[in-house]
Amino acid sequence: MFVLVVGGGKVGYYLTKELISSGHEVALMEKNAGRAEQIRDEIGSVVIAQDGCEGKHLNEAGANRADIVAAVTGDDEDNLVICQMAKHHFDVRRTIARVNNPKNEALFRHLGVDEIISPTRMILGSIEQDIPVHELLHLAALGVGELEIIEAHLQAGSPAIGKVAMDLEMPKGCSLFGVIRGGTPTPLRGDTVFAEGDKVIAIGRPDCEIELRGQLIGEHVEV
Amino acid sequence: MKAVIVGCGRVGAGLADELDRAGWQVLIIDLVSHAFDRLPSSFGGTALRGDGTDEDTLRRAGADGADLFLALTEGDNRNVMAAQLAVEALNAAQTVAKINDPVRAEAYAHLGIATMCRTNLMTTAVLGFLGQAVPERPGIYLPERPHTHAGPAAAALAKTEA
Repeated sequence: MFVLVVGGGKVGYYLTKELISSGHEVALMEKNAGRAEQIRDEIGSVVIAQDGCEGKHLNEAGANRADIVAAVTGDDEDNLVICQMAKHHFDVRRTIARVNNPKNEALFRHLGVDEIISPTRMILGSIEQDIPVHELLHLAALGVGELEIIEAHLQAGSPAIGKVAMDLEMPKGCSLFGVIRGGTPTPLRGDTVFAEGDKVIAIGRPDCEIELRGQLIGEHVEV
Repeated sequence: MKAVIVGCGRVGAGLADELDRAGWQVLIIDLVSHAFDRLPSSFGGTALRGDGTDEDTLRRAGADGADLFLALTEGDNRNVMAAQLAVEALNAAQTVAKINDPVRAEAYAHLGIATMCRTNLMTTAVLGFLGQAVPERPGIYLPERPHTHAGPAAAALAKTEA
């Protein structure tokens, strides 16, 4: 597998190292000559001291035969352009972009980037898991991000408490999978009765969230 | 007619002034406020400091539904992103992005964005002035098809916007 990594910051550097050690063919593009030199001293000739946003340089780096292009620079707009050029100009099958502004995720996906990694979103998700809020928690994205695993913490006032699972009307494209009660996970059955304190695990499309929230969390005044 | 210009350099400021004089409603955005010094004192449009690649900033500034959207910052990629935001999320009727890398300029015209390439414009101008043969590289690449990426993701985006 030939992977072209663009951006030789911390992420690009460690990514390249890991890929090499697992036996893949890798090229790393870093436009800053000093930084490129520094990485080259350590990991060798796979480093190309060129700007991966330039069509000419992408071509020279072998973008047209890359199986995967991973754009991991610190700038969202650069990562978008690298992925779009790879996809549309060099017919790369799979493109991965690092996105810093979580608001750019939808746009990037819409514009054809195959996989979007948002460190900001991941850290945010991790923090949210530790804070008891009334919100739904996003545990993970599945596939290309069209589905997500969601956890709903049932607290006093939840309309689901006391109800049988099969009586809840779930939005289309969303299913409940399990309940964590007192730290013990159990698969959700049709006759499961929800209780206060339950953590309900669901998988669904992001657009089901509002309805899911209505069913499991209930209406409450958002600050 | 509403025009949004991202990047208040010489070209951005010049076009803002011309469009303003021609009776357009002009909004110009730049990251640094002293860029607006390039606008003449007679400028009657709105000058706003902010990030023209940020959807929220653009929306709050009233950039939605512009008749014309020009992305003219010094960064090719910022222009690409702003222009695509304008077309896909802000319903701009016509968009031009400045892309100085000829390869990228052509590639994005392919994807449906009109692009302006200073490299080509100047090369052509200088060669013409010198009486040399001028290569057939346009200064403005016309979009080759409408810019749409309709798919399941497009529907999802439309929903999040609604």
